[in-house]
Amino acid sequence: MNALALIGRAFLGALATTGRLTVFAGSAVGHTVWPPIYPRIIARQMLEIGYYSLPVVGLTAIFTGMVLALQSYTGFSRFSAESAIPKIVVLSMTRELGPVLAGLMVAGRVGAAIAAEIGTMRVTEQIDALVTLSTNPFKYLIAPRVIAGVLTLPILVAVADVIGVLGGYLVSVNKLGFNPIPFLKNTIDFLEFDDVMSSLIKAAAFGFIITVMGCYHGYRSRGGAQGVGAATTNAVVSASILILTANYMITEMLFSR
Amino acid sequence: MTAKISIRGLEKAFGGKAVLRGLDLDIGVGESVVVIGGSGSGKSVLMKCVLGLLAPEAGSVRIDGDEVVGMSGSAREDVMRKFGMLFQGSALFDSLPVWENVAFGLIQGRRMARPEAREVALAKLAAVGLGGEVAGLSPAELSGGMQKRVALARAIAAEPEIIFFDEPTTGLDPIMADVINGLIVDCVRDLGATTLSITHDMVSARKIADRIAMLYEGRIIWAGPTAEIDESGNPYVDQFIHGRAEGPIQMQVFAA
Repeated sequence: MNALALIGRAFLGALATTGRLTVFAGSAVGHTVWPPIYPRIIARQMLEIGYYSLPVVGLTAIFTGMVLALQSYTGFSRFSAESAIPKIVVLSMTRELGPVLAGLMVAGRVGAAIAAEIGTMRVTEQIDALVTLSTNPFKYLIAPRVIAGVLTLPILVAVADVIGVLGGYLVSVNKLGFNPIPFLKNTIDFLEFDDVMSSLIKAAAFGFIITVMGCYHGYRSRGGAQGVGAATTNAVVSASILILTANYMITEMLFSR
Repeated sequence: MTAKISIRGLEKAFGGKAVLRGLDLDIGVGESVVVIGGSGSGKSVLMKCVLGLLAPEAGSVRIDGDEVVGMSGSAREDVMRKFGMLFQGSALFDSLPVWENVAFGLIQGRRMARPEAREVALAKLAAVGLGGEVAGLSPAELSGGMQKRVALARAIAAEPEIIFFDEPTTGLDPIMADVINGLIVDCVRDLGATTLSITHDMVSARKIADRIAMLYEGRIIWAGPTAEIDESGNPYVDQFIHGRAEGPIQMQVFAA
């Protein structure tokens, strides 16, 4: 009986969290389209999310592209299919690894920062102060971050895709003895518009997930430094899991067409 | 006496623990009321319920005769324009310089142009005894007493009709506390604002209050003019204002 009660409680808790999160996300989206909109804050957040994430995302992408070329060579050389390597690299990078790895890195960097900043504002009553100054915290704090995330992640991922392919190119040409021109021609000819679209759609979705989870956990944090710490962890973990789940769902949605 | 704020039967509980149990309180126009009470007696909860930061389970809060419980969205924002609030921990925005903190309600809440708002902010900073040299600093660079002054300047910047003070002197040395009390009295007199303060500092309460109300177990158990507090004849009030451990109020020292 006790075990059943535990299962029931966990299930109800999960439903309640899902409901709260949905209401929160809906409210955040509503406030992104309803004025007032704060362009100055959106610009600052875009810089924070996009520009300052470039080094970490770029490094992730270049090493991923390099290792992808090496590993696929190991496999494909066993049945003389080395010519598939440029195709494997560009397809894997744009459709999967670019958006997912950039998303995970940004979740760690930006999602945590958002949760910590908004969480600290919550526990030091700065969010209450916003309300008493006739400013809606959803409009002033949350909407600008969500808008910035959705707009910036596609740009960041496009850059990551290019850097990843470049990594594969460098290893293939310098280490595996590919000719540079055919490698690039193969890459460009093979890539289709749908592949790039898929990459950018995923990026926008991940940008939404990262910023909403950061804001949600920060906004609801309670109880001082410990609460803010927990909010930060939860923001990163939940964003990472949702990114991987959403990645499969988006892939399947675009696949069936 | 017309009531600026009229609170009736306010109830609020947290996880089954009742904090406010049918609280009634009237605050007249231009009156300065101080609510005293022990730590955890629900003073902050009372203030947050009136401001709409917490939703009460039952009861009514009328401001200028308008019911504000359950109000939301832009109607709530319009009511908030009548308010200024000084938070216990100052609650300054640490991402903004001092002058933008003071001007925040003018720029964001009232759409004032930034250069104009800056002028107002500098004037308000001067009113609380801070010079222009602090205007560009970040709040983290200021001492606790200076932060309190900036927070006071922010609370009065939009010249609100009603100002709330949440433990204005907590964490300050006695001299700085007296300075802040003096500034509160001056600012309120200049603006003609209605104020509600909560504190457990009796020196502060005596200095800023027209009327004192004592909150105990979720209700106002005594209220009267400041001059009468020493002759209240109420054993709870007597114990509190003299700070005695022995008496009808039993502090919960150990968690139940």
